[in-house]
Amino acid sequence: MSAVRPAAHPLAPELREVTARDLAGLIVALLLVATPHALRAPWWLVLLTLTLYAWRVAVLVNRWALPRRTLLLLVTAAAMLGVWLEYRMIFARGPGIVLLLLFSGLKLLETRTHRDAAVVAFLCCFLIITNFLYSQSIATALLMAAALTAITATLVGCNAPGRAWRANLRSGALLLAHAAPAALVLFLLFPRVQGPTWGLPQDAHAGVTGLSDTMSPGDVAALAQSDALAFRAEFAGPIPSPRQRYWRGPVLWDFDGRSWRAGPARLTTSPPAPQGGSTYRYAIVLEPHQRNWLFALESASRAPAGARFTVDGQIVALQPVRARLRYDMLSVADGQPDPNEREVLLRRALRLPADGNPRARALATEWRREARTDGELLARAIEFFRGAKFSYTLEPPLLGRDSVDEFLFDTRSGFCEHFASAFAFLVRAAGLPARVVTGYLGGDPNPVDGILTIRQSEAHAWVEVHVDGRGWTRIDPTAAAVPGRLDFGLARAVPADAGLPLLMRPQLEWLRGLRHNWDALVHQWNLRVLGYNPERQREFMASLGVERADWRDLAAALSATLGAFALALLAWSLQRHVRPDPVQAAWRRFCSKLAARGITRALQEGPRDYAERAARRLPGAGDAIRRIGALYVDLRYGRDRPRAAIHDLAQRVRALRLA
Amino acid sequence: MLRALRPNPRLLNWFYGFTPPERGAILLRQRRVYIVPTRLGWMFAATLGLLLLGSINYSLALGFVLTFALAGTGFAGMVHTARNLALLTVSARRAEAVFAGERAQFRLELENRAPFDRPAILARHVASGVQMVVHVAAHSVAEAALAVPAARRGRLALGRVMLETRFPLGLFRAWSYVEPDTACIVYPRPERSALPPSTPHATAGAVRALAMGNDDFAGLRGFQRSDSPRHVAWKAYARSDRLLTKQFAGEAAAELWLNWSLLAADLDAEARLSRLTGWVLDAQRRGARYGLRLPGREIAPGRGDAHRAACLQALALYGLP
Repeated sequence: MSAVRPAAHPLAPELREVTARDLAGLIVALLLVATPHALRAPWWLVLLTLTLYAWRVAVLVNRWALPRRTLLLLVTAAAMLGVWLEYRMIFARGPGIVLLLLFSGLKLLETRTHRDAAVVAFLCCFLIITNFLYSQSIATALLMAAALTAITATLVGCNAPGRAWRANLRSGALLLAHAAPAALVLFLLFPRVQGPTWGLPQDAHAGVTGLSDTMSPGDVAALAQSDALAFRAEFAGPIPSPRQRYWRGPVLWDFDGRSWRAGPARLTTSPPAPQGGSTYRYAIVLEPHQRNWLFALESASRAPAGARFTVDGQIVALQPVRARLRYDMLSVADGQPDPNEREVLLRRALRLPADGNPRARALATEWRREARTDGELLARAIEFFRGAKFSYTLEPPLLGRDSVDEFLFDTRSGFCEHFASAFAFLVRAAGLPARVVTGYLGGDPNPVDGILTIRQSEAHAWVEVHVDGRGWTRIDPTAAAVPGRLDFGLARAVPADAGLPLLMRPQLEWLRGLRHNWDALVHQWNLRVLGYNPERQREFMASLGVERADWRDLAAALSATLGAFALALLAWSLQRHVRPDPVQAAWRRFCSKLAARGITRALQEGPRDYAERAARRLPGAGDAIRRIGALYVDLRYGRDRPRAAIHDLAQRVRALRLA
Repeated sequence: MLRALRPNPRLLNWFYGFTPPERGAILLRQRRVYIVPTRLGWMFAATLGLLLLGSINYSLALGFVLTFALAGTGFAGMVHTARNLALLTVSARRAEAVFAGERAQFRLELENRAPFDRPAILARHVASGVQMVVHVAAHSVAEAALAVPAARRGRLALGRVMLETRFPLGLFRAWSYVEPDTACIVYPRPERSALPPSTPHATAGAVRALAMGNDDFAGLRGFQRSDSPRHVAWKAYARSDRLLTKQFAGEAAAELWLNWSLLAADLDAEARLSRLTGWVLDAQRRGARYGLRLPGREIAPGRGDAHRAACLQALALYGLP
C-alpha cells in the first residue's frame, strides 16, 4: 500500500484559524463578564485590557501579524508591577482577579486557532465565577447568564464554521436549555460541604456595613443613611406591633466620655427567661456581616443551634456570620424580666469616667437629691427628654470631648445614639445601673409575602435600666423625645428629606410598591438559591423521605437521577429520527404497490427510471405513475419541500389504482 | 508475534457492528456511533473541577450554579454530538470510471431524515486520507465527494470511510465507519502510440482513406443511439430539428482490430493493456469502427461511447476475477 500522508484534520481545533465571527463572539462574552469587574478594578488596568481587545480586532481587520510573545511578556510584567504598586500584594483576591481580567486580553492577542478560542472561553468562565465573589444578586446572575450563552454560542460557531450565526446562537441556547435539568439535579443533590475548606485570602471580606461593638456620636446616624438590607424576619403566626419591633444587637457597657463599648461578655447556659407576655415564633435570614452576634426580637427565650446567650441577653454565634444565615427564633414581647442580677454586673453598669460632662453630672445629682424613689428619678429623667425641645436629625452636629454636655445643653439635636448615650450617662450619674443596647427598631411587613425587611436605616440605640424588683427595664429616650419614631418609623420622625434614604421618603408610595415585590423576589432568591446549604439540602432530602441524608445517600440519589437522565435524553434524541420521513414513506408505499404487480425496483435503479419502466408496463396508470415519480424526485432532491407538495404526493400514492 | 496481536477481522466486524461491504443505504445505528472526549473535552473537565473547588471553598451558591450549568452543557453537548451522526443514512452513488493515475470520484450521499440540521460532518477515506466536510440540512441529502487516487487498473472498491463530527461544542468526538459496496472501474493508463493498420478485409480505398486521414467531412446521415455526441451536427439540428450525425471520409468503411497478440512479444501484460487503451481512445477520437481482441475475449467492431466503455472495461478487468 502506498503511504499517502493523511491531510490535516479539518475538525482539529488547533489547525483551524479563528474567524472574525468567532472573535466577535469571544469579545462580546468578555465584555459581559468584564463589565462588573471594570467598575471595581483600577482605571488604568481596565483601559489596558480594553486596548488589548481592540488591538486583537485591529490585527484581524488590518491583517497584521499577531504580536510577538516577548512583547506580550513585557506588557504582562509591566501590568503585574502596576498591580503590585496599586494593591501592594499579588496573591490576594482583588489583585488576582484584575490580573485574570488582564490575562483575558493577553490570551486574546495570542488567539490564532479555535483551540486558543476555547481557552479564552474557559477563561471567561473563571471571570464569571470571580464576579460572584462580589455579588450574587439577580442582576449579576442575569448578566452572567447572558455571558454564558455568548460563550456557548461562540463554541458552537467554532465547530460549525459555515453556519449562520443565528443558527449557532439557537444551538447554544438549546444546549443550555437541555443542560438545565441536569444542572438543577446537580445543584439539589450534589453533596455540599460547609466552606471555607482551604482558607481564604486576607481580603476576602471587606467593606461590609452594619452595627459594630462600639458606638460614638454620629455612628448610627451614618449607618441609618444606608438602604442596605440587615436581615429579614418571617413570622409563623402574628406579627408584633411596630412598638414591639426592637431587634436586640450588641449591648454596650463601658463609657469613656465619648464612646460606648461592649467589652468582654460572658456566655451563659441559662438564658434570661421573661415571664408572661406574648410569644412569637419566627425565622431570621441574616445578611453576612462578619461579626458574631445574631439579632432577635426582644426578648429572645431560646438560642438557635450553634449560638449561645451572653449574660446580657445577646445571642452570639460561635463563628462569625460569613454567609447568609437562617435561624429559627422564639421570643417573648412585653414579658417580665428576671429581677435578679449579679452584683459585679450592676457595679459595671454604674461605672463612669472620673471626670468630664460636669453639667450632666450636676443635673443627675440634682435629680437624685430631689427624687424619693428610683421610679420617681426615672420618671424625672424621661420627663426631661420629653420636655426639652430636642430635634431629631440624621445629620447631627459634631460633638467634642464632653459629648453628653454638648448634646444636652448646647446643640440639642442628635440621632438615637446621642439620646441613648446621654440618658444612660445621666441615669448612671444619678446612681442607677444602666447600659446601652444597639440594634434595630422597625421593619416593614412586605404586603406581598408578609416578610419583615429590616434595613441598616432602621439601626437604633436605646437604654436598659436596672430597677430594683423589676430587673432590666427598656427605656427608649428617643421615643420619649420624638414620639413619632416609635409608631411611624424614621421617615415621619425626621424633618422631610433630611438625608433620608430614597426609599424611605413618604412621597414615593408607588416606588415602594415596586420595591416590595422586588424584595419578595430577592428574599426567595436568597433563601432558595443562595441559601441552599448542607442544612437545606438535608431538609430537601427529608421532604423526599430520606431522613438524615449523608453524602452517600446524596451521591446515590444523584447518580440514579443522572443515569435516568442520560437514558431519557438519549432515547429522546434518537426516537425523533425514527419517525419516517413522509416523502420516503409515500415512496415506499408506491414501490410496494408496484411490487405487488410484479414490478420490483432494482437496487441501483433511480426513481425516474423505475417510474418510467413501471409506466410502460402499466400504460393504464402511466401518467399517474410518472407524475408520482417526478414529484418524488423533486421533493427528495429539490431545494425546498413545500408541505402542499408532500401532501399531494401522499394523496396520489394513496389514490393510485393498478387495475 | 505482532501478527498474533493483529485483531481478527471477524472480531473487528462484530465490534464495528457491520460486515463489509454493505449493500444499499446504510443507517448509522447508535451502536455504530462511537464517542470519546477530545483533548479540549478533558481541558473543559479540568476547568469544571477548578470551578467546583472555588465554589466549595468560597461557598458560592452561584458558583455551584455556574459549575453545574457548564457540566450539564457538556453532558448535553455529548448527546448532541452523538445525535449529529446517529441515524444518518449513507449510500454510495455509482462512480464514473477513470484511468489509472487519475482520481476516482466517489460520491457518498448522506441523507438526514431528522428535523434538525447536522453541521460539520467529516467524511474521510481511511486508506488514502482523502476527506471532505459536509453540512446536511434537516430533511435533506448532502453529498460527500471523495477523490480517491486510483493507482492501478481494475476494480477499485471504495473501502472503509470514517464519518466524524465534533459539533456542537468540540468537547467530544463521535465517529462511525461505513464500507458501502461501491467500486470504480479503473481503466489502464493509456499509452500514446500510432494506431495499427486497418484489417486486411477492408477495401483498399478505405485503407487509403484512413491513411489520408479521417478528418475530411464527407456528409450527414441519420443519428443512431450509438453515435458520439461529438459527431452530432448541432448546427443542422438547430436549423432542422432533426438529429444528424456527421460522417467523415474513410469512417464508413475502415474497420480496425486492436489485437493483443499482434503486439511485440517483449511487452508485458500491463504494457500491452496500456497500449491497447491508448489505441481505443485514439480510434474513438477518429470515429473509426474498431474491435478488440484479448486472449479469451473478443469485442466485435463497433463505434460510440457504449462500445468504447465496453472495450475499456474489458481492458481494465483483464485477467482479474
